[in-house]
Amino acid sequence: MKNKAKEKFTKQVFSRPRSLVDVSTHYCPGCHHGIAHRILAETIDHFDLREKTIGVAPVGCAVLMYDYFDVDFVEAPHGRAPAVATGVKRAQPDRFVFTYQGDGDLAAIGTSEIIHAANRGENLTVLFINNTTYGMTGGQMAPTTMLGQKTSTSPYGRDYRNDGYPIRIAEMLATLEGTAFSARVATSTPAQIRKAKEAVKKAFDMQIREMGFSIVEILSTCPTNWGMKPLDAQKRVLGEISGYYPLGVYKERKQADFA
Amino acid sequence: MTPEPVGIKRELMKGNVAICAGAITAGCRFYYGYPITPQNDIPEYLSAHLPAIGGTFLQAESEVATINYILGTSASGKRVMTSSSGPGISLMQEGLSYMAGSELPAVIVNISRSGPGLGGIAPSQGDYFQATKCGGHGGYRMPVLAPHSVQEMYSLTMLAFDLADKYRNPVMILGDAVIGQMKEPFVPTPYVSTVPEEKPWSLTGCAGRPRRIIKSLHLKDDEIEAHNWKLHRKYMTMREEEVRYEPTHLEGAGIVIVAFGTAARISKTAIQWARAEGLPVGMLRPVTLFPFPSREVDEAVSRADAVLVIEMNTGQMLEDVLISTRHHDKIRFLGKPCAIPTPEEILQEIRSLAGEIGVKAGNVR
Amino acid sequence: MPRTAPLPKGRIEIDFERCKACELCIPACPKNCIEMGTGTNRQGFAATVFARPGDCTGCAVCAECCPDVCIRVWR
Repeated sequence: MKNKAKEKFTKQVFSRPRSLVDVSTHYCPGCHHGIAHRILAETIDHFDLREKTIGVAPVGCAVLMYDYFDVDFVEAPHGRAPAVATGVKRAQPDRFVFTYQGDGDLAAIGTSEIIHAANRGENLTVLFINNTTYGMTGGQMAPTTMLGQKTSTSPYGRDYRNDGYPIRIAEMLATLEGTAFSARVATSTPAQIRKAKEAVKKAFDMQIREMGFSIVEILSTCPTNWGMKPLDAQKRVLGEISGYYPLGVYKERKQADFA
Repeated sequence: MTPEPVGIKRELMKGNVAICAGAITAGCRFYYGYPITPQNDIPEYLSAHLPAIGGTFLQAESEVATINYILGTSASGKRVMTSSSGPGISLMQEGLSYMAGSELPAVIVNISRSGPGLGGIAPSQGDYFQATKCGGHGGYRMPVLAPHSVQEMYSLTMLAFDLADKYRNPVMILGDAVIGQMKEPFVPTPYVSTVPEEKPWSLTGCAGRPRRIIKSLHLKDDEIEAHNWKLHRKYMTMREEEVRYEPTHLEGAGIVIVAFGTAARISKTAIQWARAEGLPVGMLRPVTLFPFPSREVDEAVSRADAVLVIEMNTGQMLEDVLISTRHHDKIRFLGKPCAIPTPEEILQEIRSLAGEIGVKAGNVR
Repeated sequence: MPRTAPLPKGRIEIDFERCKACELCIPACPKNCIEMGTGTNRQGFAATVFARPGDCTGCAVCAECCPDVCIRVWR
């Protein structure tokens, strides 16, 4: 009976996407970068963009992401990916250009670059990995760190009187005319993962149709720096983090309304 | 790559605008920048002229953003330029370090103003250290060209693009507010490319080839050391092959002035007057501040009785002159930080130097 | 002989050496087919194993949850 069963399962329904290089990654066990990378690679393949894509890598845990994607890549200084991407896209408007950035990169040092790229309506797609911490450098406070959250530079817990409040990027960028699509998703349940993929597809579509700037903020875990097991870290996303950073689509342009 | 020559008749043009003419003639179709005095003529001119010829002009939100747009467009294999002044160039240092480490070409124009800090808008040569020693981190170099006329603002810009592509490196044009703002006639000579157009390292999408990565991070054992030596060899080649300087009455000169840019230009007048008085003075004008004409300076210093370094700062190129030669006892310095020396001042300095070393008027060596 | 359990509708393969034992796939599987293994792979992790293949429906939810793309799925 076992043999018959094996013969029956001939249709492969899940495999590594073409654009995702077949190597082990340096990410920690349970890190959501892996899930975001897979979604990104699947979407590049879905739109058949691999040979026309130029990715812009950040400074952060994903600094080595050019080792994991079979597409052209340029490294950007910390926070400057939207500006580097602007330089690439203006030089080659028919290529697909994306950035992939973490909290520190996008919401701290790179706030000017992301706001102005969005404001100009650059036809770029940005994936923003929000895990409420600076992962690569060892778990320091980020602009997205929650009030009361203890990090290596907020050992008593984030206090708004010293450090202000966590910043909600998806909502903020949605207020800009140049933003065509701004959404916040998570990848802590199977249903969320599928919705995240749909959002990334929409974000890609915006660039393909030259509708303007698109960003998908992905609530992610950092088990190592949160001091949690991966499954517990997901619970934190589903509870505390989603409570402050609500999931949803904050802007979705339906038609090109400028020349 | 020889686009339509601008025209072979002499034109009257502002220095800053001559840079634009040089860039366009050399095939540059991408410019990004941010407003700062005294170089706003450049973005203003290009904002009108680049789109008219199918080029791209984008005013950036800051000089930090500017240098990163430059990085992206350069990585795409296109000729690209920016311009700024001291405070803006300071903001670009991170990006310049990344570009040097990633081996990306671009032309960076600094129309120097006074510093440090907000300083002022008076001309100065106070950015020499930043330009030639490279103000970004990590220990890289870049060619620095110092025009002293509107003609050179045009021709050195074209040279800068070729040097940038030849070495896959940023190249700086170090001007100042005087040359940037002055108007004088020049001849817009045609551009003749000395480098291949193909850029086999550029990011264009990996159709039909393996993917390419442009980066400056090297984490594996020994990789970063090897990379630094590779860059070093590139800079040594620049030192061997790209030195440019202009001698003026250098043959048999008892007094040699060493000056660049506006200081050199004004010195030319003082030299004319001094030689009319019979004083044996000449000048060695570095055109490339990096690579510095060390050998040529050493030769000139060895043969001279006295050397007068003239700069619109408190002594920066002076250090490169001192490094280039053992004859420190012969070297004098006339500094005018954030101010323009007059030919009279320089002549007076030449006269007192001549007196000091016992060269009498009329006794031309 | 009458059947006592439904036949599996799918099967998976877990890349033993790539697995980092993050455990995300374990609760993801609606049929509880996966559990932590007892062996250690070359990375030093106690990789997960496809412990109960009989219940697999080939839904691929485990594969979608795996950050290291260790799982392949067939139906």
